[in-house]
Amino acid sequence: MSPVTETTKPGVVGPQSPLAHLSDQQLEELADEFDAIHDEVYADLGERDRKYIQSMIEMHRRLAVMSRVLLLASPNRLAWIAGTATNSAAKILENMEIGHNVLHGQWDWMNDPQIHSTTWDWDTASTAESWKHSHNYVHHTYTNIMGKDKDLGYEIMRIDPDQKWHPVYLGQPIYNLLLMAFFEWGVAMHDLDLEAIRKGEKPMDDVKQELKGIAGKAKSQVVKDYIAWPAVSAAANAAGSLAVSAVTGKLKKKQRSKAIADAAGAGRRAFKSTATANFTANIVRNFWSNAIIFCGHFPDQTYVFSQEEVEDESRGAWYVRQLAGAANIDGSPMFHIASGNLSFQVEHHLFPDMPSSRYAEIAPRVKDVCERYGLPYNTGPFLQQWSMVQRTILRLAFPGGEHKPKPGPYVPERA
Amino acid sequence: MAERGAQPNVPRYRRRALKAVESFFSPLLPDDYLELINPLWSTQELRGRIERIHPEADGAVTVVIKPGYKWGGHKAGQYLRIGVVVDGIHHWRAYSLTSDADRPDGCITITPKLVDAGKVSPWLTGHAKPGDIVRLGGVEGTFVLPDRVPPKLLFMTAGSGITPIMSMIRSIDRSIDRSRAYCDIVHIHSARDADRVIFGEELDRLASDRAWLDLHVQETAKAGRIEPPHLDELCPDWRDRQTYASGPGEMLDAISAHWEAEGLNDQLSIERFQPLIGGKGGDGTGGTITFRKSKVTASAQAGTPILVAGEEAGIEMPFGCRMGICHTCVGQLCSGRLRDLRTGEIHGAEGEMVRTCVNAPEGPVEMKL
Repeated sequence: MSPVTETTKPGVVGPQSPLAHLSDQQLEELADEFDAIHDEVYADLGERDRKYIQSMIEMHRRLAVMSRVLLLASPNRLAWIAGTATNSAAKILENMEIGHNVLHGQWDWMNDPQIHSTTWDWDTASTAESWKHSHNYVHHTYTNIMGKDKDLGYEIMRIDPDQKWHPVYLGQPIYNLLLMAFFEWGVAMHDLDLEAIRKGEKPMDDVKQELKGIAGKAKSQVVKDYIAWPAVSAAANAAGSLAVSAVTGKLKKKQRSKAIADAAGAGRRAFKSTATANFTANIVRNFWSNAIIFCGHFPDQTYVFSQEEVEDESRGAWYVRQLAGAANIDGSPMFHIASGNLSFQVEHHLFPDMPSSRYAEIAPRVKDVCERYGLPYNTGPFLQQWSMVQRTILRLAFPGGEHKPKPGPYVPERA
Repeated sequence: MAERGAQPNVPRYRRRALKAVESFFSPLLPDDYLELINPLWSTQELRGRIERIHPEADGAVTVVIKPGYKWGGHKAGQYLRIGVVVDGIHHWRAYSLTSDADRPDGCITITPKLVDAGKVSPWLTGHAKPGDIVRLGGVEGTFVLPDRVPPKLLFMTAGSGITPIMSMIRSIDRSIDRSRAYCDIVHIHSARDADRVIFGEELDRLASDRAWLDLHVQETAKAGRIEPPHLDELCPDWRDRQTYASGPGEMLDAISAHWEAEGLNDQLSIERFQPLIGGKGGDGTGGTITFRKSKVTASAQAGTPILVAGEEAGIEMPFGCRMGICHTCVGQLCSGRLRDLRTGEIHGAEGEMVRTCVNAPEGPVEMKL
């Protein structure tokens, strides 16, 4: 394919824009190519894919049960560490490879009433309903359009030099740390669309309804992680302590009150250690999902579009925006599962409703399209991508800042 | 939304116990974990395990299914929605139950016949094996014997149309000694030849053992099709009998016309496997539908189901069978009157849950959808 110099919208599309060198006809052909990849995969979906998501769901449930059992012994330091790690893994798997993807409707084709975007609920602070609106609709439709994609900086951070600076951004290194730790709560508040509420564009009834939803999610997380399971640990440890006293004969009159006090102490310790383990698991999950998601759109390579650039956007231009606005993360198969296959952010943004297990398979074909149309295919190792994001957040807390150079057309590595 | 199985008959103590520990598993349910041990334990929907599959004549198989919870019962002649996974995708079909409701082993049976171009019947007849789990939906159908079985009956069946009648015959056979009722059944069944009679052996045995059953098998390859005038020969007193007919559409059309011509309509029940939804679509007024949640108003012509009107207005409506069976599409009626497209009946009370796939508005209505 020979590069065509004629641009789609002279004057509006900047010279750096990935759209700059593509004609309307090329964009149309590109759209056909991407549509064909999607249709081909959809025609091929079947038992193998069903087995995959079922195995993920089963793995999550096994890990969850294992972590709850391990944490019965949470006063023991090793059990605490193992239980916390297992619980974190379970929560990460549940949120990312399962929850996020099921809620995208990636598995709706199975027509399974239980694994379906309309019936799924997940272990996080956002209700499935408001998440589907703010993420599936707003973010995936207006991806990386300045002023329209509310996930750009999550309305509290400046992550593109074109965002106007304001003194409030001086605090963003701190907001950033808080957001990492409490990401699920940040996302839930973000779903509310604070800007629309401030401007009075959102009916108060809707806001109340959504707040109620978040409160419900909060309550079930608090009850489960900080009351119910710690109470089970407490009961188990107190009972264990009493049993030991009984065997060693300490339940006789003189020593009875001391034995009971010991049991109460064991229960209290177990309650606390299980609660802290669960708290830690929630924080670990928040850090991880924050890191993966920030690496998806905010590394230096990604392109942010102005609203003028995307006016009357064709389907082909939409595809270009999706792939230029996203960045992948290199990694092993395990890494991809742990990231919910959002390490294939490019493929995910091109085809948000395609089962995540297929992203790795289509990646070479997406790269091939990028190469032939002179488009970027953004990717990099995790630490590199993550550091770039952090540097940007720190730098843009202060006025100014420049666009980082974009990688340009994808060139395949020569073996 | 995808179709679900029926509500199982879960013992109350069990439901309470599961409810009590729900907060340990939220947002999942205890069921989601218990299912990993045994999928039949789900209290969310009724499932069944395939116990045996045995071949019948003419490419049919009988599938014996043990429901996960005590079978809620059915009337002989009714059909069941059954959900199976074929190459990763759930498919739902309705099949006549061929068992009677009182089997001592608590099992139910269906007897699907292979339809080459189908999805579900090739799976059931060729791939399903004992131990496989299926989803069991609702039992429906009005092609049933009355509680007091009429003393004189005529069954007219052809091909796989025999399935609901087999359930009736088995049900009568199980209860007749106990009830000591008088019963006299003439059963006329048509098949290409005698080897292709589904349940042929069992029917022959019953016909020779039981005084109440008189069987005539019409081998259409040799003797040609039965035309209604033949009835005077095969069953001279057919006018005195309650008749149940089940088979291909042409046969049923001919029978309906004949009974109607003789003024015997109320003595005839027929089972069509393709329900005629909106068959009398011209009836009724149609009307406007206000979908409250979607904030859309659509208009529907006479005979247009709410579901279709909503879809055409761009609303993502829940649906399943689209024939009034599975209840996946139900929505709450806020105001207005509806016409049931299957019966023509006008109904509708405020707050009623209605199936959008078989109801059309009769005047302006409001739905909480």
